[in-house]
Amino acid sequence: MSKASTKKRTMKARKKRPTVPVENPDVSYDFEEDGFDKADDSIASDGEEDSDNERKRQKLVEAISSLGGARRKKITGERSEPALQKSEFTVNAEGEGVKIKLTDLMKSMDKISAVSAKAKKQLKKLHQSKKTVECPVTTQERERIQRDVAFQKVAKEVTQWQSVIQKNHKAEQLVFPLNQEPPGPKAVERVVMSWKAQTPLEQEIFSLLSANNQPTTDPILTPTEEASMKAMSLSEVKMRRAELQKARALQSYYEAKARRERKIKSKKYHRVLNKAKRKDFLKQFDEMVKKDPAGALEEMNKMEVARMQERMSLKHQNSGKWARSKAIMAKYDDGARKAMQQQLEVNKDLTQKLAVAVCSEDEEAEIPETLPDFVNEAPQGTDSNPWMKGKLSEDPAENGKEADDVAPQSTGIAPVTAAAAEEEEEEESDVEETEEESLLREFDSRRKMRQDSEPLQVGKEDSQMELNRNAPVLKESEDTSVPLLEGQTDQMETFEYMELLNQVESVQAETASVEPQPSSDRVPQKQKKGIELKDVLTKDANPLLVPLAPTAAATEDSDETLDQTGLIREAFAGDDVISDFVKEKKKQANADKPRVVDLTLPGWGEWGGSGLRPSLKKRRRFRVKTGPPPPRKDDRRPGVIISEKRNGSLSLHQLNSQPFPFTSPAQFESTLRAPVGRTWNTERTVKKLTKPEVLTRLGAVIEPMAREELTKDKDARAGDWSGEKIKINF
Amino acid sequence: MHRSFRLCSAYLTRGFLNWSLCILFIFLPNVIVPQYNYFHFKMKVKVLSRNPDDYVRETKLDIQRVPRNYDPTLHPFEVCREYTRALNATKMDRVFAKPFLASLDGHRDGVNCMAKHTKSLSTYLSGSCDGEVKVWNLSKRECLRTIQAHEGFVRGMTVRFCGTSFFTVGDDKTIKQWNMEPPGYGEAEEPLNTILGKTVFTGLDHHQKEGVFATCGQQVDIWDEKRSSPIRSFTWGVDSFSSVRFNPVETELLASCASDRSIVLYDMREAAPLKKVIMTMRSNTLCWNPMEAYYFTSCNEDYNLYTYDMRYLNQPVTVHADHVSAVLDVDYSPTGREFVSASFDKTIRIFPKAAGRSREVYHTKRMQHVICIKWSADNRYILSGSDEMNIRLWKANASEKLGVLSPRETEATNYRQKLREKFKHFPQIRRIAQHRHLPKALYHQSLELRTMKEACRRKEKNVRTHSKPGSVPVLSEKEKHVVSVVK
Repeated sequence: MSKASTKKRTMKARKKRPTVPVENPDVSYDFEEDGFDKADDSIASDGEEDSDNERKRQKLVEAISSLGGARRKKITGERSEPALQKSEFTVNAEGEGVKIKLTDLMKSMDKISAVSAKAKKQLKKLHQSKKTVECPVTTQERERIQRDVAFQKVAKEVTQWQSVIQKNHKAEQLVFPLNQEPPGPKAVERVVMSWKAQTPLEQEIFSLLSANNQPTTDPILTPTEEASMKAMSLSEVKMRRAELQKARALQSYYEAKARRERKIKSKKYHRVLNKAKRKDFLKQFDEMVKKDPAGALEEMNKMEVARMQERMSLKHQNSGKWARSKAIMAKYDDGARKAMQQQLEVNKDLTQKLAVAVCSEDEEAEIPETLPDFVNEAPQGTDSNPWMKGKLSEDPAENGKEADDVAPQSTGIAPVTAAAAEEEEEEESDVEETEEESLLREFDSRRKMRQDSEPLQVGKEDSQMELNRNAPVLKESEDTSVPLLEGQTDQMETFEYMELLNQVESVQAETASVEPQPSSDRVPQKQKKGIELKDVLTKDANPLLVPLAPTAAATEDSDETLDQTGLIREAFAGDDVISDFVKEKKKQANADKPRVVDLTLPGWGEWGGSGLRPSLKKRRRFRVKTGPPPPRKDDRRPGVIISEKRNGSLSLHQLNSQPFPFTSPAQFESTLRAPVGRTWNTERTVKKLTKPEVLTRLGAVIEPMAREELTKDKDARAGDWSGEKIKINF
Repeated sequence: MHRSFRLCSAYLTRGFLNWSLCILFIFLPNVIVPQYNYFHFKMKVKVLSRNPDDYVRETKLDIQRVPRNYDPTLHPFEVCREYTRALNATKMDRVFAKPFLASLDGHRDGVNCMAKHTKSLSTYLSGSCDGEVKVWNLSKRECLRTIQAHEGFVRGMTVRFCGTSFFTVGDDKTIKQWNMEPPGYGEAEEPLNTILGKTVFTGLDHHQKEGVFATCGQQVDIWDEKRSSPIRSFTWGVDSFSSVRFNPVETELLASCASDRSIVLYDMREAAPLKKVIMTMRSNTLCWNPMEAYYFTSCNEDYNLYTYDMRYLNQPVTVHADHVSAVLDVDYSPTGREFVSASFDKTIRIFPKAAGRSREVYHTKRMQHVICIKWSADNRYILSGSDEMNIRLWKANASEKLGVLSPRETEATNYRQKLREKFKHFPQIRRIAQHRHLPKALYHQSLELRTMKEACRRKEKNVRTHSKPGSVPVLSEKEKHVVSVVK
């Protein structure tokens, strides 16, 4: 607020103050004015005190108040503060010299709540600070600062590219153009789009086409389709593909496993498997009862339903086609009988009420009715027809034993009741574990036997072990007929093998007697017949360690090698190669030895002439002897002579100094050591090693690097991190 | 036995028998393993049998598969053998180095500027000192179109990023935009747009993605294609700029060469320039690396080229020396790994981006001062426009075989390349690989230059030895050429 305006205000306030007691209705006060009024009080109080003035003013005020309309005009005149032209009459010279300070104004501020505390604080701070405002910077300086700021910004922006540039710098191979389009045919529409009708004929055809609403520029893919195609980024696709691959592999693995299991023909195996499954299920069910009664109830219901269905259907009754055929066969075939029994068991199991394990009498009674009598009879012709059992021949002793075993069974259990079957079942379930184990072992052993039997080289001990292993099986399977039979066949097989083995051994013994030790004895003979140093050399030589290539022919037969060695001996009869070589090497070594250089000059400093020799002192002084030479490189290699002379023609091709980026000769040599060519490397390695640094596509425009590379790089780096976390093991 | 062996070997040498037969020959009487044999002589024939799939090719066009044993002991002297191959490869490389492909003549004055089409590889534009602009087809090596674009020189030209039109500036103070398509039959060659400027324009470049271009002359102006007055003008105490180039990667950045020996950087978005570096001599033109956002190379009157990192202008990253006269133009290969420079000394040189010396020099008897140069967008060719009105087409890789290579050829060239690289330090190979024939005058000039440099060095050394220690600092080659950096 300028000085003049504040003065005017004070004056105005002073005029207004006395009006308050008068209560002039024309004058209205707003809050602010009132505030200023109070503030002005204090200003007025220090200056003017005399009553004369007061009186005059009172008068004036009264006069003004009586004037009415005139006064109003005046007020409006006063309000136009920023007027350039000011009447001299309106200016009050009173209190001219009094300076108004900021504090005076602020006092009033304190009382006004409308002014924010923040503004107040700022004002106060302004009041307290005694600094002067700095001069604005010069234009040049300002521009310089602006430039610097802009440059810093740009430099920071550009530095983002550093990682991309460094990556490209380190890359083994760069492929340009950078953002290559996916290979494959382009949409015809897209190709057509770029082409435009130019000649009148073309335009005419085009107009015709468009008139007939022929599609000329319809894209094949809708925008949404295109968007969806682009939606998946490369990394995502890779991840997804890997996942799918894994899933597919797992699936195929399980399928293969299932197929394998399905292919196993052994009924026993399946029976065991089913039993195991059932047992598993029961276990689970027990657990379920404890943990999840509701689920267990559901399971129970399911079973109940299955039972009901079973009762309704004739599925496992002996009325089916298969069952009837089996029933016919059962008379002769033990297996068929067994199968039938099993089916009945299944039926019983299924129709049995779960909670009540009591088997009712009528059910039991029913079963034999449906069954023909002969089903459960012991087969009479089993022994007489060995083919039915799948075994070849039997040892009479074993046969007798078996017959003994079988006989009481067949006589005792002629009318086998269901109860008996149940008993058997129970028994089985008791021994189930052991039986399964034994079965597995059986399979194992049989497979081994098969493998062993092929080469026909089973030792006697092995077969014995086999027998031992089979023994518990025999013991176990005594109570049931079928395992017993199985065991017997096994045993039979082993016996057969034994026989075969004996045969082989006898044959071998025969051959041995005919040709005692065909191979082992012959080898030393052959070695004796090879070239012997003593025969060849006329003189002793240092032992040479030359690796001999083992030849197949040499170990195989004698007559031919005899000829060969004879030939060689004949061919090199006169040559003493090795001793020659040794001699040559010695000569070379001697030639390379440093010689004593005689620099004595006869007659120099003493008498010379025929018969006079330089003095011993001179000779000692002028004969230059060099130190012992460094050890020769071929000292330890008897088969080689290494020349240590510098070869002029070779040195042309040799490096004189270490090339720049390398720090040691070894480092440099390491870059040369591994060959790159296809003579030394496989095709794939060669391709890898000779990969060109830059690969460009023929006829492709290489665009400058686009901003997408930056985002791609960032994505890749982010992807690397996430990739580490995910890491699929396969 | 030995007879059979000999016979066998004879067959082998003639290629009559395959190995299995041969083995049979050898082993026939040898191996006897009797078991259940009641003949009077006991024998068993062992024959090596092989799966024909391993060695029989499917079609006669396939290469014969030769099973190899890669045991290193069987193939000794690998380094020596590869060295010989490398030497041969190097020699072959030099023998086949025939870089000159074609000369495009038709201009009636010196070729002052060139521009490459942004989309088509075969289309090139050139402007000459008599104001003529020609559009060339490189594959046919013929001129497609001639336009009398300006009066006086065509100072600069550039193709719009979409390749549909191009801009030219000339000595007649105009900027003209032309359609890339030739006018229809019977129509006159008319520019799409003409902007009349107040002063002469000396250079021109177009933005990479937007309809914005920059010119230089008395000041650097940024123009919107749709307006006839510049949207922004940059001045910084200089009144003459020789060239302006947009950064192709960070597309809003520009750099220009000014007559006060400075290179000035700009940001199109800012009101003021960013920074400038003043060198000992004037830079003629510059080129940004298209793959590395912050590197650019400027060609200087002092026979050198300088690669700068725009963030650190106080000294160049690399000084590229080899020319023996002022360097007039430079262009980067689209892969950003090399650049080519044209010089007043009538040669073209190719420099790897980080090397101080050129890897290649091209010259012909007839080529005079090379004024402008371009590297084709497929990284295979180089075009040079020179004083004697010709545009020359060169191979970027002198000994490269052109056209489609069969896979075997590619493999062989890759292998040769690798070998050359592997043994490049060996004196013989280095000698052959580095040898270039230079015209006598040029050769002597380079020798002279070397002597001069040596003399300078010696003198400086003498001054240093005879003055107070530390008063004459040792300046590296990089530091020597920068006078100051103005912020």
